[in-house]
Amino acid sequence: IIRLLFSKTYKLQERSDLTLKEKEELIEEWQPEPLVPPVPKDHPALNYNIVSGPPTHIITVNGKECINFASFNFLGLLNNEKVKSAAQASLKKYGVGTCGPRGFYGTFDVHLELEERLAKFMRTEEAIIYSYGFATIASAIPAYSKRGDIVFVDEAACFAIQKGLQASRSNIKLFKHNDMADLERLLKEQETEDQKNPRKARVTRRFIVVEGLYMNTGDICPLPELIKLKYKYKVRIFLEESLSFGVLGEHGRGITEHFGINIDDIDLISANMENSLASIGGFCCGRSFIIDHQRLSGQGYCFSASLPPLLAAAAIEALNIMEDNPDIFQTLRAKCERIHKALQGISGLKVVGESFSPALHLQLEESCGSRENDVKLLKRVVDYCMNSGIALTQARYLEKEEKSLPPPSIRVVITVEQTEQELDKAASLLKEAAQSVLN
Amino acid sequence: MANPSAVCNGHLHHHHHHQKQNNLTKSGLSKKNGITKGMKKNGVSNGTLYKKTFIEHFEQAPMYVAVFTFVGFAVGTIFGYLRDFMRAWGLEKRNIAAEREQQKDFVPLYQDFENFYTRNLYLRIRDNWNRPICSVPGPQFDLMERVTDDYNWTFRFTGRIIKNVINMGSYNYLGFAETDVNALKTVTIELEKYGTGVCSTRQEMGTLDKHVELEKLVAKFLGVEDAMVFGMGFATNSMNIPALVGKGCLILSDELNHTSLVLGARLSGATIRIFKHNNMQSLEKLLRDAIIYGQPRTHRAWRKIIILVEGIYSMEGSIVRLPEIVSLKNKYKAYLYLDEAHSIGAVGATGRGVVEYFGMSPDDVDVLMGTFTKSFGAAGGYIAGKKDLVDFLRTHSHSAVYATSMCPPVAEQIIRAMKCLMGLDGTTQGLQRVRQLEKNTRYFRRKLHEMGFIIYGNDDSPVVPLLLYMPGKIGAFARRMLEKNIGVVVVGFPATPITESRARFCVSAAHTREMLDTVLNALDELGDFLHLKYSRYSKSSHPELYEESRLELED
Repeated sequence: IIRLLFSKTYKLQERSDLTLKEKEELIEEWQPEPLVPPVPKDHPALNYNIVSGPPTHIITVNGKECINFASFNFLGLLNNEKVKSAAQASLKKYGVGTCGPRGFYGTFDVHLELEERLAKFMRTEEAIIYSYGFATIASAIPAYSKRGDIVFVDEAACFAIQKGLQASRSNIKLFKHNDMADLERLLKEQETEDQKNPRKARVTRRFIVVEGLYMNTGDICPLPELIKLKYKYKVRIFLEESLSFGVLGEHGRGITEHFGINIDDIDLISANMENSLASIGGFCCGRSFIIDHQRLSGQGYCFSASLPPLLAAAAIEALNIMEDNPDIFQTLRAKCERIHKALQGISGLKVVGESFSPALHLQLEESCGSRENDVKLLKRVVDYCMNSGIALTQARYLEKEEKSLPPPSIRVVITVEQTEQELDKAASLLKEAAQSVLN
Repeated sequence: MANPSAVCNGHLHHHHHHQKQNNLTKSGLSKKNGITKGMKKNGVSNGTLYKKTFIEHFEQAPMYVAVFTFVGFAVGTIFGYLRDFMRAWGLEKRNIAAEREQQKDFVPLYQDFENFYTRNLYLRIRDNWNRPICSVPGPQFDLMERVTDDYNWTFRFTGRIIKNVINMGSYNYLGFAETDVNALKTVTIELEKYGTGVCSTRQEMGTLDKHVELEKLVAKFLGVEDAMVFGMGFATNSMNIPALVGKGCLILSDELNHTSLVLGARLSGATIRIFKHNNMQSLEKLLRDAIIYGQPRTHRAWRKIIILVEGIYSMEGSIVRLPEIVSLKNKYKAYLYLDEAHSIGAVGATGRGVVEYFGMSPDDVDVLMGTFTKSFGAAGGYIAGKKDLVDFLRTHSHSAVYATSMCPPVAEQIIRAMKCLMGLDGTTQGLQRVRQLEKNTRYFRRKLHEMGFIIYGNDDSPVVPLLLYMPGKIGAFARRMLEKNIGVVVVGFPATPITESRARFCVSAAHTREMLDTVLNALDELGDFLHLKYSRYSKSSHPELYEESRLELED
């Protein structure tokens, strides 16, 4: 036995014994890929449309003046004098940047005021502000949903939600777009799983993430059925209202007002201020029990500089305007219906989106085979329109990264500032363009 | 290797007389009375790589301090358990918000233990963070007075404003956070012209001529071919690292990298390996192992290896060892991603960051990234480098496709600050600011060393962490400094290791000598009162109190 103890042990793996010379050879031989693959010169996304001057109702794109049907300026607040003067006053008082995150002297009284106003407007207990719209939902989801939790998300969720889910490392279950039966099926499956392992089920949290007005398809989610499912299967709902805030509902409070649902039923509402409020940033609102957690664990909140005060002041002023003129929402809705009707019946293009949605998509009725060719065809339509004075854009996606890639489309955005003649002109121009390009 | 050491010693002799007593071994570590003092100098392998001496301090505290720190945390934890017990049994009132009645039978949203630290330890000293201010975050600001009636559960504003509190906490390195009407003239004009929002993404309709102008200026400032700007600094990292690397690539990231870098690395799906902070041997070992053994289990070669480092680390105040990393990168054919969030504008002879500080060329670094929040008084981030890289990012970055672009007045602020720094507006104000910052930094650090505090980091970095160690002192320090009208930032557990809580000062070019002196005097008093002067290697600024003659220390 003693001899065995003292005898040399054999190494079971010989491969770890590379001589120094072999190691040096390996190091010499290794060639990495280039840091970035070369981009072809005619890549559709490489050459941006350059806008000179403010992207308001009349926009100067690449030197040509056009009517703006491409910026998400739904309530026309981008050029509003009151908003600008509020921002100027704030600039004089605070300068431009905040030079610090919220925890380290980056909290200004305008931030606190904006949070209070948003909470009051949405009739919730508390609101929290982020300095970038994309980061809002991408930081909110990982704050609550961790590894091992289950999230049911709609297929057509926007990219920010997808990134938030990826950062949270939870189990993700996709259900077909707006298909409540599919969601119920998934929830039932989960229930049977739970019964097999009740102890684990008691600690896995469950969430449903939906958008109020989907950016990729232009339709709304059936919120009342979701609420029923929520109480039946005990899942929490996170609602992303980037496009529906300031658009739907009698006073612009979003989809909960549109359907007349008690706002406490939704656990978290997240929206960005970059669409209707014509500012930059985003906010989440809900009950204090939920929102307060993000103040310490929302990554985009704790580790990033706070919103510049001039943008916060602009947002407060925009909220004031929204509260004082509740009839702009009706006007916007009427315009949306008008153009939705006018765009029906264009040969070759079909309208995707609800009749009251201000962000529509125009997709090709039949694709020509490959996505590239579709994109080129749509580009010709867009160029035709731009040359005649209507600024449009294609909806852009990252083809390789999206979970379910929507087909290529042209984005049409309706704002309060567009007059009826302009709407009609746009519709007829699109008809012409489709005729000439697609036939 | 004797020559570099002699130069080092000669240089050190000027600042720290006591060094001659220590037997400095070649690796730079010395043991005295069983207490390890780590002094990292250059000259480890290539004495000629660094053009000026690189001195960083990471002194360890005496043993009794660590013991007391642990005792402090233990006491806090025990009381925490006691309090939770009492709350659960209804003996003490529950002050926090609770779940809705209708949702009580849902799976609980937070696990009790996750919030233990927040509820019991953080809550007691919560009033030192999130302090709201109501003026420009310049060298002095106005704080809104907050009181709490129920031990920090809720706060109430009294309505009074504490005026002219000296600001040692905001990242205002070059003093561009100002409300001077002349300085902000162009910003006012642009705000009037463009409004505040953009309402579209870069690739759709959101690229304004301002963005193009800004990108050209950034590229010129840094001396690279092209640059791209984004609306948020945090998002710049978390949205572009996944575009550059993917599965099958290797990321080597420093231990103390910022959350945005960690998030970007995780979102990319590549394998992440961590090397010890600023430790070149650890990095080299990882590089060699990676190339020799390839990917784990399959042993295929890695597609790319990318090294993520920061220019100045915000919690330590240390500067990255750029020359050594660049030589390693060239030898092993890896790529370097340098995050200059704190160092752009703050170090370097003309404010161009660590690349200039070490006298290197921007071509050595593959991806230069930085933010505009700190030295330029605005918001947003940029990535700069060769034209291929920036073209790729224009088409494939997540931010270009899905996120709104930077707002025009903020872009104008950056343009004017950069023009001032480059001297393009006709004055030498930019250069003056950089020099002032340098002078302020050196003065501040020297004085703190003399007083006997333990300071971490490089002698040239404007981020000055002062170690506090014990949890009780965190609260006391911050509150007493506020009473003296000085606003400081203290950081504790999740951002720093649990035993190394610290107060972090950010020196600014806008601080005058009087303000710094006020702060230093206050620190002196407070240091004596709270027994914070742990350093055993200090030179007192009151030499007449010493009985022993210092002749033997001098040459």
